Amino acid sequence: MESESKRKKESPNTAELAVTASFPDEVLEIVLSLLTSHRDRSSVSLVCKDWYRAERWSRTQVFIGNCYSVSPEILTRRFPNIRSVTLKGKPRFSDFNLVPPNWGADIHAWLVAFAVKYPFLEELRLKRMAVSDESLEFLASNFPNFKLLSLLSCDGFSTDGLAAIATHCKNLTELDIQENGIEDSSGSWLSCFPESFTSLEVLNFANLTSEVNTDALERLVSRCKSLKVLKVNKSISLEQLQRLLVRAPQLEELGTGSFLQDLTARPYADLESAFNNCKNIHTLSGLWEAVPLYLPALYNSCANLTFLNLSYTALQSGEFAKLVVHCPRLRRLWVLDTVEDKGLEAVGSNCPLLEELRVFPADPFDEEIIHGVTEEGFVAVSFGCRRLHYVLYFCRQMTNAAVATIVQNCPNFTHFRLCIMTPGLPDYLTNEPMDEAFGAVVKTCSKLQRLSVSGLLTDLTFEYIGKYAKNLETLSVAFAGRSDRGMQCVLEGCPKLRKLEIRDCPFGNEALLSGLEKYESMRSLWMSACNVTMNACRRLAKQMPRLNVEVMKEDGSDDSQADKVYIYRTVAGPRRDAPPSVLTL
Amino acid sequence: MEKSGLNLKATELRLGLPGSESPERGSDKNGNAAVILSLKSFVGSGAKRVFCDATDADAKWVFSVSEAAAGRLFSPRGGGSSNNNNNNHGKVHVGSDSGLGGPVLEDGNGACVAAQSPKPVMMVQDKKSHEIAPSKAQVVGWPPIRSYRKNTMSSQSSKNDDDSEAKLGLGCLYVKVSMDGAPYLRKVDLKTYSSYIDLSSALEKMFSCFTIGQCSSHNVPSRDGLSESRLMDLLHGSEYVLTYEDKDGDWMLVGDVPWEMFTDSCRRLRIMKSSDAIGLAPRAMEKCKNRN
Repeated sequence: MESESKRKKESPNTAELAVTASFPDEVLEIVLSLLTSHRDRSSVSLVCKDWYRAERWSRTQVFIGNCYSVSPEILTRRFPNIRSVTLKGKPRFSDFNLVPPNWGADIHAWLVAFAVKYPFLEELRLKRMAVSDESLEFLASNFPNFKLLSLLSCDGFSTDGLAAIATHCKNLTELDIQENGIEDSSGSWLSCFPESFTSLEVLNFANLTSEVNTDALERLVSRCKSLKVLKVNKSISLEQLQRLLVRAPQLEELGTGSFLQDLTARPYADLESAFNNCKNIHTLSGLWEAVPLYLPALYNSCANLTFLNLSYTALQSGEFAKLVVHCPRLRRLWVLDTVEDKGLEAVGSNCPLLEELRVFPADPFDEEIIHGVTEEGFVAVSFGCRRLHYVLYFCRQMTNAAVATIVQNCPNFTHFRLCIMTPGLPDYLTNEPMDEAFGAVVKTCSKLQRLSVSGLLTDLTFEYIGKYAKNLETLSVAFAGRSDRGMQCVLEGCPKLRKLEIRDCPFGNEALLSGLEKYESMRSLWMSACNVTMNACRRLAKQMPRLNVEVMKEDGSDDSQADKVYIYRTVAGPRRDAPPSVLTL
Repeated sequence: MEKSGLNLKATELRLGLPGSESPERGSDKNGNAAVILSLKSFVGSGAKRVFCDATDADAKWVFSVSEAAAGRLFSPRGGGSSNNNNNNHGKVHVGSDSGLGGPVLEDGNGACVAAQSPKPVMMVQDKKSHEIAPSKAQVVGWPPIRSYRKNTMSSQSSKNDDDSEAKLGLGCLYVKVSMDGAPYLRKVDLKTYSSYIDLSSALEKMFSCFTIGQCSSHNVPSRDGLSESRLMDLLHGSEYVLTYEDKDGDWMLVGDVPWEMFTDSCRRLRIMKSSDAIGLAPRAMEKCKNRN
């Protein structure tokens, strides 16, 4: 498809042009409907008016990375046939409480527009949006074909909203509720699925806490023969899990409940055989409060695992090592740093196919605990897992040399997110800044798309980034840099930069204004606790009308300073739903 | 670096402006105030930040801490009761040039105090000069962990106040370890060790001038518990002994009960001078006898 459209684009010959001009729209639409990538579709729509028209009629999925970059009216006007919408709302730093409550990103206005223009809407995926129970009820009642709801890191709703979805969405295939600020008052929502309801394929309520009716859950699982993904919450015991597994041997992704229960010999054997019977499980998560005693029940299932998520399970290095020996096909691994370097060494030794590793801190705020992982664990993984390309690593110490070794072993990093948890911490062996570490990363990993830096960093890090990170799209910076020059290097040097988020850095007006023309090619810029003034923001807003420049003011702060600045491109103009603490300039 | 184990020099607070060599401390009242400041301690959620390009020619950024947050700043031991006032306008420099390598604290008098952190940064717990409690003051939104995850982790661990020393979280069993004369506490997770030998060698590494001696090698006591003479042998063998506070609040010598029983009842560990520990022996004997 791509080559065909390319050939057509490149043909300057008039005879050929005449052919393409008479090409029936319907055929073009069918051809284009096979294009799924958003970027391809954007390119296609820019070719000529005919193609723009064909593309807009044939598009069924839309992805909006910033809900304020476009309005519901503009969206529905351009694309009449959308069945699947993905919307992202608040800036990412809202996950870390840096964005005031009531900031915005409310889904409701969108739903109202969709009810009129896309009554046949099937899928809605929301990330960092404000969602109310009222909105969920509205959704459940106005879209008869609705199939898929995925809410990640959203807030504002309660289990009542879920009850509405369960009650009214007769064709629901997927309900995926993850890491939301949800008011979890009761588990009765699960019992709202009618007895006649059988279409569910994905059910993920792992992050809810209330107890659900286990009989209702069992019956639901029994009658939904296409159920492929089941992730239950902590309230589900081992024994209950076993009963569920027996009813769903076709499961492909499983999130267990609490892995802590006094099991006698027979129930343990039942559990083990239930797991053995589920031959298609490739993703495993949950394992809340897992006790090493029962982990062997999983060993056989582990042989086929490609994704193991232990990020809520505090396993020590020994018991984790014993488990990981059974997971040779692992491609993605999420763990807590309780496994320590020894645990990661076991990963390096046993998981040669590993592509993604995320190590979360079990106790990020307690400095007395000196365990966790160090640079040694990371290095050990890099020696054993040469295909590693995605890493998120929280640690308390790091060295430049270690990072250099890591990227030498694994030059294919696309996502490198290193969080040395004490801000401004230097290389603990040499006491030097960590500039050379990130220099090594950007010099060696030419495919790097996403980078998060940490530790003591001077402007040199940013010089390196600007000079070498030519494919970088997302950069997160905190407590780093020396002067405006740092930020300028990045703005001038990274052609593909889309998202830049900065906090607590000495970058000021000169840096901010140096990116004047750049920001329209980016999705957004976040700067908080930096050195930026209101006047500079006003100047920016004045010169760039297609950018929204929003400043979040904190109580009692200096009026001339811009504490938190969020700048993004938009075709929708300044937004009208900002709370009083957010000034749009 | 002296291998006395505590490495006081490395953890000393020094005076000096960021980027300059810190001069040797001359007039400090307390010559061996080994205090390490962690960046985590200086900013609370309401911290006011002011940028004074004018004051710092190198355009190093400075942010000042509001009075409330400054109250949580860790004060050097020698400061005495005037510390609160001094710290009201404490400024913190972050990201210094070579040499200092760590966060730099500017106290009310305008002098800069750098915290050297060549090793992982540790918090100093000094219960004596207690006006300012450092441990829980944090930078907002750092480390960058989603609220959901933070809430889940904290709800899985029991509340940790000053008196309850053992913290159970996510299947771990953290207990505080203090050593007489050492300026800081450590925490260990008892679940990571399977025997007294394990624990002993780990603690030895942490507090390298301490030896548990032969306490760990025979971990199963006889019916009568440890004989008095054997206990004396242990105590005479080393300068320090390892003791623990059990569920009842009694201080016991480590090693006199089976390992599992120990991890069950241990709430806090203390490396005590053996001269102070002599009095424990009879009590340990009593308890063993009572248990049997």
